[in-house]
Amino acid sequence: MQIPILKLKNILLTSIQSDMTDDDALKYQSDVVSYLEKSDAKGLIIDITAMDIVDSFMARVINETARMARLMGAKVVLCGMQPMVALTLVEMGRELIGVETALNLDKGFDKLLEMITEGVDDH
Amino acid sequence: MIISEKSIELHIEDDILIARKVARQEMADIGFGSADQTRMATAISELTRNVIKYAGHGVCHIITESTPSEIVIKVEIEDYGPGIDDINKAMEDGYTTGGGLGAGLPGAKRLVNDLSIESRPGLTKINLEMTRPNV
Repeated sequence: MQIPILKLKNILLTSIQSDMTDDDALKYQSDVVSYLEKSDAKGLIIDITAMDIVDSFMARVINETARMARLMGAKVVLCGMQPMVALTLVEMGRELIGVETALNLDKGFDKLLEMITEGVDDH
Repeated sequence: MIISEKSIELHIEDDILIARKVARQEMADIGFGSADQTRMATAISELTRNVIKYAGHGVCHIITESTPSEIVIKVEIEDYGPGIDDINKAMEDGYTTGGGLGAGLPGAKRLVNDLSIESRPGLTKINLEMTRPNV
């Protein structure tokens, strides 16, 4: 399953679907970083609205994807985490450490634009 | 008492998705809330991944029971792989032999009230159980 990566102005927009195998997740990760290089985008939005389960593997993939994008100079915002997903991640003792988050895509977009224009250091 | 039993063969990564989807549906059917569904489905995701990764194949049995007073889900995940050498160590945060973060097993235990492991070379069984009042 291919996760679409959309470019909107200078932002890359990706929405991860729930039924993603581990291989799909790793493919997504490398797709994002190669698209980032080609597109010259300044920011990345990782939307997880459709994910009803985030286990430790997916948490790691999301975390690493954000770190990779940041190493390449992009700002990153994760948005749309479902309440039950937040609950299980905290109970499991896992956190998406160092990833800026927003409630939904709308707020995530605003936040990312702000980070890009102000050059805010997102860790 | 109403009992339902489903078994999912674990061979490929897609089977992880099937196992957690079936568990969620079975739980919803007898009235578990979405927080518990997500907890159990996440724990199953962690444990069935271990089966695919370390043992190659196995089976996930999902049994739900509903009585007038309570609802119960029991999940038994078994594989025929090399077994877990040191169960106490495997339950520690950050311990891994597979290059991961070592968060799977201890994470799953925190999500589910009751988790027990039996393991020897050739057979590993992990039992998960969750019971709630039937309201």
